[in-house]
Amino acid sequence: MLSRVANSIYWLNRYIERAENVARFIDANFHMTLDIPDSASDQWQPLINTTGDHELFKELYGESNRESAIEFLVFARNNPNSIYSCVRAARENARSVREYISSEMWEQINTFYLMINNAAREVSMDLPHKFFVDIMNASHGFIGITDSTMNHGEGWHFGRLGRMLERADKTSRILDVKYFILLPSVDYVGSSYDNILWGALLRSASAFEMYRKRHGRIDHKRIVEFLLLDQHFPRAVHYCIVTAMISMNNITGSPRGGYSNKAEQSLGRLLSEFNFAALEDIFNYGLHEYLDSTQTRINAVGEEIQEVFFSPQFADAVPEAKTLD
Amino acid sequence: MRFDGYDTEGFYDELFDPQGNPRPGADLLIQRINALPESELQRRQKAAEGALLNLGITFNVYSNEAQTEKIFPFDIVPRIVQAKEWEVLERGLKQRISALNSFIDDVYNDQKILKEGVVPADLVLSAEGFRQPCIGLEPPCGIWCHITGTDLVKDSSGEFFVLEDNLRCPSGVSYVLENRLIMKRTFPMVFEACSVQPVTDYPSRLLEMLQEMAPPGVRAPMVVVWTPGIYNSAYFEHSFLAQQMGVPLVEGSDLLVHRGEVMMRTTKGLERVDVIYRRIDDDFMDPKTFRADSMLGVPGLMKAYRKGKVALANAPGTGVADDKAVYAYVPEIIRYYLGEEPIINNVPTYACWRDDDRQYVLENLDQLVVKAVNESGGYGMLVGPHATAAEREEFARRIKAKPRTYIAQPTLGLSRVPVLVDDHFEGRHVDLRPYILFGSRSIYVLPGGLTRVALKKGSLVVNSSQGGGSKDTWVLNTEGGTSSESMRQSQEG
Repeated sequence: MLSRVANSIYWLNRYIERAENVARFIDANFHMTLDIPDSASDQWQPLINTTGDHELFKELYGESNRESAIEFLVFARNNPNSIYSCVRAARENARSVREYISSEMWEQINTFYLMINNAAREVSMDLPHKFFVDIMNASHGFIGITDSTMNHGEGWHFGRLGRMLERADKTSRILDVKYFILLPSVDYVGSSYDNILWGALLRSASAFEMYRKRHGRIDHKRIVEFLLLDQHFPRAVHYCIVTAMISMNNITGSPRGGYSNKAEQSLGRLLSEFNFAALEDIFNYGLHEYLDSTQTRINAVGEEIQEVFFSPQFADAVPEAKTLD
Repeated sequence: MRFDGYDTEGFYDELFDPQGNPRPGADLLIQRINALPESELQRRQKAAEGALLNLGITFNVYSNEAQTEKIFPFDIVPRIVQAKEWEVLERGLKQRISALNSFIDDVYNDQKILKEGVVPADLVLSAEGFRQPCIGLEPPCGIWCHITGTDLVKDSSGEFFVLEDNLRCPSGVSYVLENRLIMKRTFPMVFEACSVQPVTDYPSRLLEMLQEMAPPGVRAPMVVVWTPGIYNSAYFEHSFLAQQMGVPLVEGSDLLVHRGEVMMRTTKGLERVDVIYRRIDDDFMDPKTFRADSMLGVPGLMKAYRKGKVALANAPGTGVADDKAVYAYVPEIIRYYLGEEPIINNVPTYACWRDDDRQYVLENLDQLVVKAVNESGGYGMLVGPHATAAEREEFARRIKAKPRTYIAQPTLGLSRVPVLVDDHFEGRHVDLRPYILFGSRSIYVLPGGLTRVALKKGSLVVNSSQGGGSKDTWVLNTEGGTSSESMRQSQEG
């Protein structure tokens, strides 16, 4: 397939996934601050830190509070990672590959964009939960439509590769930021707030119910294990990397465990790291350091994908002027 | 919702005769619409508009920065073309396009028609669309204008005339297909009742025609659609056609010439391209041959084309026959190459470079439509009866300064079709753009085409950039025929 088309499909999936994650972060935070009024004010800054855009935020708004945080994360045209900007970018990418993706996918992204573009702030924030659920549903709808209307060929795998890398990155970020805010409350084990706060972290990754089924009691180490190393929970970092690797192998045609370019090699290394990781080792290494290094490695894979597939330099592509004819 | 009180106001109406009775074939449609409950038609019109927006069937407006996408306004009342009318149009269009193709081939090769003085050589060689680098080109199967969208109008007598031959990259066919889809969704009952010729197989026919153009020996030709990119006003159509044909949509940056062949950059390396349906102007295709500053083009493309390594549709240089000055000579061109009388006439045209004609034009500016020969899209045009004295003076000045660049035509009382305006119907002027595919084995005319409608009351300008909209165009089957379109739909489930 055309490199440009692969690039657009990869990015449109990343952007949709990003928008969904931001919506979920805000929604979970909203609920939590309603339960714990006192702590409300200092729960918005960490959320902005999660997106990695705290410097831009400071420049645009200065102090964080609910209004400025939501404005920045949801509607701001000048924040390239706001929900609005992500959905818009996803649509622009989809528009440029409209002939490649299915009409149903395009229509879903287009109506998603029209919904966000027409959303009036005041009205949306009157019933914030509904608004954010609509966004998450639009994203889920897109994934479902993609799965059931598009050939599961190269393009589809590029899309899923993008989505999985984006999701792995976001889960590791929310865990990183929230864990260290919540950590002091470990001293108050058993208090009702404790459950609410840790519950909010799980909800930020849609993980609350699945965690309960798996581990039952709220336990911060089990939560870390679940969000990082679980092989079955679809937002766990490990799961995302496994799935990304399958798509990568499908794209390159390499056998499982093999590689044919450096993006595939780096992703494979990261995967085997996760395949053989143990929770105790991670804590000994330092959770923050571990998450940080994971994010760096995911980014590196992203850059290598860009280089290998989207803007490849063809060794045999000599300029026309030099050919003999 | 009823047509009671609808007034044709002395114009030729495509649905009603002068007495206000439905024309043959339109009666069923009108009965059905009359029978709809109050405000139901408006509801369906709204639903159709909503569907167009959600499908993103939009065009880009250059001058409008804030809102760069608009839906092409769509009116729910279809335009009907009688089977008998269509039969004549189809023959006439095939005749015209054959002659024009021969003309282009001649102009870039032997120039017999110029040497014999049938068409003035200086006029042709000075045409905006004439391309010096195309001299001596021999496109595959001798076909230059593979895809044409001829603009037709009907005057108050009910006769069709050719207004323009769009031989370069005519757009709009995607609206024909989407309008039909929307009509079938929102109006299934009416559709079933009438017997309408199908348009849905246009993309298959287009693909077949393009595949036929592939260089000899290529078994499974790689066909691509080449777009200038998502900011082009017709981008929707480019991606739509690529999608419907199931072929890649490429931009200039996806293509390169490698060892004399045209290649595209893929995730697995370079892949050869055999046929390019290009939706980009001649000037921007190859900076080595045409405009050197083109950022969109592919250096070396023309060399590959000249050597027969790749086919282009349409061939470069076809614009020479699109020139409004050359247009004035098309009847001669048809007689010259085919030895036949034109089946569809030109609109009577005054050529301002002829002294008598210019004199007449300058004296009758208030009754004529004046057009700059190298402009399109409704720009550079004076509609005499609607213009102010100052505007007419300005055009008189321009005509005297550059007579070669202007033609004038009588203001035709363009035919009208009812459109839905709030809670009633009003007549609006329309034109018709059928699409013609010139293949190596046959010429195909899409039964229907784009009916553009001037939505502003009284306006004669149907261009989308100037407040025009569109309607579905129903070409009826000959009497007794069943509706192949509705049968097709029921087969699809």
